[in-house]
Amino acid sequence: MNGVPLAWYLTLSVILFSLGAAGFLIRRSLLTMLMCVELMLNAVNLSFVAFAYRLQQVDGHIFAFFVMVIAAAEAAVGLAIVLALFRYRAAVEADEVGMLRL
Amino acid sequence: MSQFYTSTDHFVLVPAIMLALFGCAILLFDFFLFPEPRQRKWLLAFLVLGLVFTGVGLWRQHRFLAESGLPQITAFQGTLTVDGFALFFNWVFLAVSLVIGLMSYRYLEIEGEHHGEYYGLILLAQCGMYFLATGTDLITLFIGLELMALCFYIMVGFLRTQKRSNEAAMKYLLLGAFSSGLLVYGFSILYGISGSTKLSEISLAVANRDTWDPLVVLALITTSVGLLFKVSAAPFHMWAPDAYEGAPTTVTAFLASGSKAASFAFLVRMFAGPFESTRAVWEPLLIAVAILTLTIGNLAAITQENVKRLLAYSSISHAGYILLGLIAGNETGLKGVAVYILVYVFMTMGAFVVVTALRRAHLIGENIDDLAGLIHRSPGYAIVMLVCLLSLAGIPPTAGFLGKYYIFLSLVQTGHYLLAVIAVLYVAVAVYYYFRIVRAMFVAEAGPSVALASSFGVRVAAALTATLTLGIGIYPEPFLQLAQLPVMR
Repeated sequence: MNGVPLAWYLTLSVILFSLGAAGFLIRRSLLTMLMCVELMLNAVNLSFVAFAYRLQQVDGHIFAFFVMVIAAAEAAVGLAIVLALFRYRAAVEADEVGMLRL
Repeated sequence: MSQFYTSTDHFVLVPAIMLALFGCAILLFDFFLFPEPRQRKWLLAFLVLGLVFTGVGLWRQHRFLAESGLPQITAFQGTLTVDGFALFFNWVFLAVSLVIGLMSYRYLEIEGEHHGEYYGLILLAQCGMYFLATGTDLITLFIGLELMALCFYIMVGFLRTQKRSNEAAMKYLLLGAFSSGLLVYGFSILYGISGSTKLSEISLAVANRDTWDPLVVLALITTSVGLLFKVSAAPFHMWAPDAYEGAPTTVTAFLASGSKAASFAFLVRMFAGPFESTRAVWEPLLIAVAILTLTIGNLAAITQENVKRLLAYSSISHAGYILLGLIAGNETGLKGVAVYILVYVFMTMGAFVVVTALRRAHLIGENIDDLAGLIHRSPGYAIVMLVCLLSLAGIPPTAGFLGKYYIFLSLVQTGHYLLAVIAVLYVAVAVYYYFRIVRAMFVAEAGPSVALASSFGVRVAAALTATLTLGIGIYPEPFLQLAQLPVMR
C-alpha cells in the first residue's frame, strides 16, 4: 500500500471526532450541536473507510454508508423537533429552552 | 456461492417482518381505511394482531430450539443469531409492547393525539429491539439501536402542542445522537482491530490482543460510554429524568421498560461477548459506574415531588442493580440480570399504568399529591400501585425481591462483599421514597374526588402487570426457567 499511511487518517479522524465532541459540549445553539454530532459521525466514517481501505475489504465501506443513512435520519427528526420548539418561542439556544440543563 | 435468502434466514426474520409490516400497515390504515375517530379502536386491534403474529413466529423459533436441542439458529452468514438470549428478550419486548398498546388508547384520547402513528411507532421500535436482541453483527446492532432510538425520539415529542414534550424530545435526541456517535466510533476501532463486523470474530481478535492494548481500551471506553448512556447509568443519566418527565406518560413507561431492556440486551451482548476477555479493564470501571448510579438514582429520588420524575430516578437506580449482576458475571449473575429485567419491566409498567390513569382532562395528575387518598377513590388502582411499589422496593413476596435476591447472591458468590453491602443499604433508602407514595395513597386526606381515566385496556394492563409482579414472586418456577434461557450457551 502506498500513499498516505493509515495512522494519518486515524489521527485526522480522532481530531475531527474530538472537535465534534468538544463543540457539542461547549456550543449552546441547538443547530450547532446537531452539526457537531454530524461531524462526529463523519469522523467515524473516515475511520471506517480508512480501515476498510487498509484491510482491502468492503465491510467498512458499507458500514460508512449505513452511518450516513442514520445521520440523515437523525438530522431529519432533530430538525423537525427544533422546528416544533421554534413554533412556541423563537428559541434555538439551548439555555433558553427551559428544561434543557446540559 | 452461498444462497442469498435461505429458509433459515426467513425463519429467523419472520418476527421482524411481521413487526415492520404491521407497523407500516397501521400507518396506512390510519389514513385510508379508518380515518373516522370512532374507528380508532381498529388500529389498536391491528397492533394486537401484529403482536400475535410476531408471537407465533417467536413461538415457532422457541419450539424449534427446544425440539432440535441446537444451541442457536444462525442466519444471514452469522449476522442474526436466535439463541436463548435473543428469545428471552424478544418475549419480554412482546409483553412490553402489548401492555403499552393497551394502556395508551385512553391516554391518547385524552391528549387528543393521533393513534395510527403512535401504534405504528410502537411496532417499529419493537422491530429495532428485535434486532438488538438477535443481532450478532455490529452493523445490524447499530441499525437496530438507531431504529429503536429514532422511534423513541418521535414518541417522546409526540404531544406536539406541549412545550414540555418537545423539549424532552430535543434533549433526548441530542444526547442520544451524541452517545450513538461515541458508540459507533468504538465500533470503527473494533472493526479496525479485527477486520470484521461479526461479534464472534471480534471476540477472537480482542482476546488475541494484549488486555491493556491502547486500541482495545479506547474501543472499550467509547463503546461502553455509548451503551451506558442508553441504559441511563450515572454519570451519563442526565437525559433520563427530563425525558421521562416531559414524555407522554405511556411513552415514559415504554422508555423505562422496553428501551431499557433492549439497551441492556445490547450491553450484555457486548460485555459478555467481545469484551469478556478484557474484564480486568472494565470491571473496576463498571463497579464505579454502578456505585455512582445507585447513589445518584436513590438519593435524587428522595426529594422528587413529581411521580414520573421519581420513577425516572428509581429506574436509574435499577440500572445500577442490573449492572451489579453483570459485574458478578457468573451464571447466577447473568441469570440474575435476566430475572431482574423480566421483573423490572412489569413492575415499572404497572406503576406507570396507574400514573397514566390519573391523567384526565384538565388534570395532569403527576404529583405525589394527586395520589392522595387513592385507596378511597379507586381501591383497585391503589392496590396495583402498592404491589408495584413493594416490588420496586424489593420486598417479599413480590417479584422485585426475587430479582434482587439473585443479584445479591451472585455478588456474594464472586466475593464482591462490599458491593453487596452497599446495594443492600440503598434498598433501605429506596423503601423510604417508595413509601412516600404509599403514604400519600393510604394515609393522606383524599383530594377532590375525580374518577380515574379507566378503560378496558387500562384495566387489563393494570391487572396483567400487577398479577405478574405478584405472580412471579409467589410462583417463580416457570419464569426462572424462562430466565435460564439466556444463560444456556
